[in-house]
Amino acid sequence: MTDPINTTTWRQRLRSYRKHPGSLLLLALVCLAALITAAALLFVVGYILVKGIPNLSLSLFEWKYTTENVSLMPALINTLFMTVLALLFAVPVGIGAAIYLTEYATRGNKLVNLMRITAETLSGIPSIVYGLFGSLFFVKALHMGLSLLSGALTLAIMILPLIMRTTEEALLAVPDSYREGSFGLGAGRLRTVARVVLPSAIPGILSGVILGIGRIVGESAALIFTAGTVAEVATGLFDSTRTLAVHMYSISGEGLYIDETYATAVVLLVVVIAINALSSFAAKKLSKQ
Amino acid sequence: MHTLKERAMHVVFLLTACVSIAAVVLICVFLFANGVPAIAEIGVFKFLFGTEWRPENNIFGILPMIVGSLYVTAGALVIGVPVGILTAVFMARFCPPKLHKILTPAIGLMAGIPSVVYGFFGLVVLVPFVRENIGGRGMSVLTASVLLWLMILPTIVSVSESAIRAVPNTYYEGALALGATHERSVFFTVVPAAKSGIFAGIVLGVGRAIGETMAVMMVAGNQPLIPDSLTDGVRTLTTNIVMEMGYSTDLHREALIGTAVVLFVFVLLINVSFSLLKRKGAKA
Repeated sequence: MTDPINTTTWRQRLRSYRKHPGSLLLLALVCLAALITAAALLFVVGYILVKGIPNLSLSLFEWKYTTENVSLMPALINTLFMTVLALLFAVPVGIGAAIYLTEYATRGNKLVNLMRITAETLSGIPSIVYGLFGSLFFVKALHMGLSLLSGALTLAIMILPLIMRTTEEALLAVPDSYREGSFGLGAGRLRTVARVVLPSAIPGILSGVILGIGRIVGESAALIFTAGTVAEVATGLFDSTRTLAVHMYSISGEGLYIDETYATAVVLLVVVIAINALSSFAAKKLSKQ
Repeated sequence: MHTLKERAMHVVFLLTACVSIAAVVLICVFLFANGVPAIAEIGVFKFLFGTEWRPENNIFGILPMIVGSLYVTAGALVIGVPVGILTAVFMARFCPPKLHKILTPAIGLMAGIPSVVYGFFGLVVLVPFVRENIGGRGMSVLTASVLLWLMILPTIVSVSESAIRAVPNTYYEGALALGATHERSVFFTVVPAAKSGIFAGIVLGVGRAIGETMAVMMVAGNQPLIPDSLTDGVRTLTTNIVMEMGYSTDLHREALIGTAVVLFVFVLLINVSFSLLKRKGAKA
């Protein structure tokens, strides 16, 4: 917003509010709502951190999971596997689709409309429906069983619309003069996309990918029936595994490991906070360009 | 050679773009092929409006779950919508830039907290609070609503805020020039102009609330009965699936997939109204 031409002092404002009590009431309501929102967030994050940090201990990071020591290390490593694998499927497809939609497709194409509608539909489907679909399709129909692979493929479909949308926005933000310059120098469409458009859109794409990682890390409902809940480090694509979020759900349900659950929640929260910070850092880089 | 590569990549990009279409088709086919026959066998009317869910006796009525989903979503909206819209107004028009720099990532973080963490928070904080201060067992419609309110708040705030920011500043300036106070200008010219964008945010929030599974399951009690009061336990469509899918077989299993079909149809309706609203907002 531009700077106001004339500024008012507090005294003038107070006088104006005395004349317009309705406005004062609205101001109070707005500030109250913002306070409630901020307080709610602080309470949730603060409560988990305060209760959880004292429960963090080295034994929680031991290599083996046992019923005496519900180590979160295997789940943490599995989360990493799951994330990498899901991104391996979702990122190339998402970026390719976004390139098609922004650089190749002609305006008003029926197929393009259908692509947009389906991507929007995908982004609204609840994760439990993805989980159910994954268990019907990947686990049963394709015989992959409860496995790392089934879970990763399910998650890949889930984050696909997110990656498509953020990449599309990043590509659209690249000025047309870049493309025109490249075409003017005799480059073809593919070369223009690969050498000129994509490199300048990378920060935007990255921020989308990082948001996708956040969704993968936090996901539980879609994984219970696709990747299963085995608390050991996966040694192959077809091993059943649990990620950190599923691990937290499993140990919270048993009621015996409340302290460990707090600690796991802290680890999850820290990961999510780091991911968010990274994503906004990447986005800021984009806006600076 | 050159054109061959160009053409090949064109086809590759086209194929990747078709993946989302294929995914939606596959999801529809697999859900409907597995769920619809069961609904037909049970009877559409008995399935949708039956008030009893007793898998052991082959009685599958999901009305309690439909009502449960609607109750907790409505509950979350009753608190979530006013607070959400007012917070969005604050962030768009009242907030000093320095505070805004802190609040925006905070709202982003709130949206990013995993649902199990919310669920656990609800379990250890909200459930005992409701049990001791309001009554009942603590696992209730009320608890689930409050927790969902927390979860949909960032969605409503961020979508509404960008809708309010998209309103041309001339609206606001015009109102000020006519002698209206800052608050009056914002609430009676800017906010009404951002109406459809704000509605889109609410609809998106409804979608999140209806689809939320793990967090609700941890705090709602999950009895398959239509709740009589705010402190009664409740089971939603999503939790019905996740609770029984692990051990169900035959018709029971298919009835659960049928539950997912009903949920899917709800979500499709919500999606359609969201994109209609968004389009209307873009036009205005």
